[in-house]
Amino acid sequence: MKKATIQLETLSCPSCAQKIENAVKALNGVERESVKVLFNASKVKFDFDEEKVSVADAEKAIAALGFEVKGSQVKN
Amino acid sequence: MQRFILSKKKQIMLISGISIVVAFISKLGFKNEVLAVWSLAVASIMGVAPIAIQAYQALKVKVVSIDLLVTIAVTGAFLIKNLEESAIVTFLFLFGAFLEQRTLNKTRSAIKELTEMAPESALKQMENGEFVEVKIDEVAVGDVLLVKTGAKVPVDGSVLSGEGYINEASITGESLSVGKEKGANVYAGTILENGTLQIVADRVGEDTTFGRIIELVEEAQDSKSKAERFIDRFAKYYTPAVLVLAFIVWIFSQNIELAITILVLGCPGALVIGVPVSNVAGIGNGARHGVLLKGSEVVDDFSKVDTIIFDKTGTLTMGKPKVTEEEFYAEDVEEILAYLASVEKESDHPLAAAVVEYIGETKLYPVEKTLVIKGAGVVAQVNGRRVAVGNVALMERENVLLDEKARAGIARFEANGNSLVLAAIDSELKVLLGIRDQIRPGVKEDLQRLKKLGVKNLVVLSGDNQGTVDLVARELRLTEAHGDMLPKEKAAYVEELIAQGHTVAFVGDGVNDSPSLARAQIGIAMGGGTDVAIETSDVVLMNSDFRRLPHALGLAKATAGNMRQNILIAVGVVLALLASLIFSEWMNMSIGMLVHEASILAVILNGMRLLQYKLRH
Repeated sequence: MKKATIQLETLSCPSCAQKIENAVKALNGVERESVKVLFNASKVKFDFDEEKVSVADAEKAIAALGFEVKGSQVKN
Repeated sequence: MQRFILSKKKQIMLISGISIVVAFISKLGFKNEVLAVWSLAVASIMGVAPIAIQAYQALKVKVVSIDLLVTIAVTGAFLIKNLEESAIVTFLFLFGAFLEQRTLNKTRSAIKELTEMAPESALKQMENGEFVEVKIDEVAVGDVLLVKTGAKVPVDGSVLSGEGYINEASITGESLSVGKEKGANVYAGTILENGTLQIVADRVGEDTTFGRIIELVEEAQDSKSKAERFIDRFAKYYTPAVLVLAFIVWIFSQNIELAITILVLGCPGALVIGVPVSNVAGIGNGARHGVLLKGSEVVDDFSKVDTIIFDKTGTLTMGKPKVTEEEFYAEDVEEILAYLASVEKESDHPLAAAVVEYIGETKLYPVEKTLVIKGAGVVAQVNGRRVAVGNVALMERENVLLDEKARAGIARFEANGNSLVLAAIDSELKVLLGIRDQIRPGVKEDLQRLKKLGVKNLVVLSGDNQGTVDLVARELRLTEAHGDMLPKEKAAYVEELIAQGHTVAFVGDGVNDSPSLARAQIGIAMGGGTDVAIETSDVVLMNSDFRRLPHALGLAKATAGNMRQNILIAVGVVLALLASLIFSEWMNMSIGMLVHEASILAVILNGMRLLQYKLRH
């Protein structure tokens, strides 16, 4: 299990946060309970299994919703 | 394509706005109906495109969003050829979203200022010994770094060489700069005001104190209170419910106009954003003033506090005892002090440290033999003479005669709340010192401010004897004082008060009192930015600054009040809109959208007031 933090463009609607949360949760290999969208900080945090999914996959899923990804960090 | 449209939202908003103006001029000014219709159609279609895309993306991840309500409403208006409505509603929705983003950024500005203070690069020593500028991510624990005047300290570490003055405001909130030399600890995000330092990295990135503070504040701003979680759940079902309601109305009344108006009026806008906005602005204000409030639940509890319990040592007092009174029983003062200092220098007892500091520079004699007598003091051979330093019990043990004057002095010093240190040379009493922990400056005024803010009970608990505690309580006009308490008993006392129905905050140093901090509804740590304090408590007063406590409480109350106002505005607006739809003739989609967007801006602006919050004296 690794911990990822993805920095997004500034989020301005709370429903955006919910969209992103659902999109990341839907990825196979992402720990569902761990997904947290920090609305004010415009960050997404989650735990994931690096053998099943990568941070790039999550970034792609978020970008597909129309949100710009500014950067990401992975910690063990 | 989708992304292109979304990225051009601002331009689309402008074009749609201009088209609407053109339409009205051509219609009213030139009676040109055809151009007006075409302009409105352009405005509607262009305007609805980004909204529809967002609605579709939300649906894909199973979220019924406001965008969907608006898209259906606008499409409906378009189909029944009510182009004025469809154009104006889309424009207002886009324009509202634009303004929301601008103002929301303002409410987040406090935390943004904080994150922007994070260091981005460092001068790292390479293998050839030279310092090269590298990105902060490339710095690892153990690296040697160079910090020049005016630069930010990039990591938590310790000084290897050099000296300088550092402004630690970003960590402690204290604006006075602090001198640093070899061996001193330095913290990431602080600024070297002058001098040059070489430091070795102990903690980097998110593990630094600064990194943790940022993380904590970010999490706090997004943490949700019970009320907020309720609103979220409510909004999740509310939006689809509005959709269903509009559909039912349409089926039964066959009135599309009415159905789509309900869609717009029912948008939950201000309700979902009102509470987070108050929260982010309030917590942001705190972060700027050295008060860390850990989330909106804490803000809510803290705003209702009626009892605040203080630990004495280190909280109400400085935790640094000082000699406050003295009485000599012999003439040769300097000689006595030299013997006393020689003995006390050997000891690590806190009272001994106070005595050494009080004596200052003096002649020192070699100490030959030292005997520590537990709970009494020290007896030593100094320069061939027998020196005893300790309490009254030690004097009795050493057969030192305490005459009437000495006994009177002892009684007087004790009554003033002092701990006593007596010194005898060759079994003759020479000096009596009274040592007392100093009350923090300004504490009395701050406690009065807390009372003014509505705190009914101010209680002090301490392990010290009841006499000392009573004295502090009387001086600070506290409502209750309990001495001789073990940490376990303190925690039990906190529980008892909670059981009686009080909302209790406990203020302690975050180390000794962790059971009480955890038991109280609100644990407030006077943390000098230490990890333990930051982790275990609900509220952290940076730099152990007691003055921040009234501000913290005032801010919590203001923030909680602000949230209530925002909920009231949001609910009031939806109710008023629905009522006017039923009872009045003039209500339509455009007015509904205008009022909605206005109410969203109103709650954001209301939340922004918290950024300016200051406690009035």
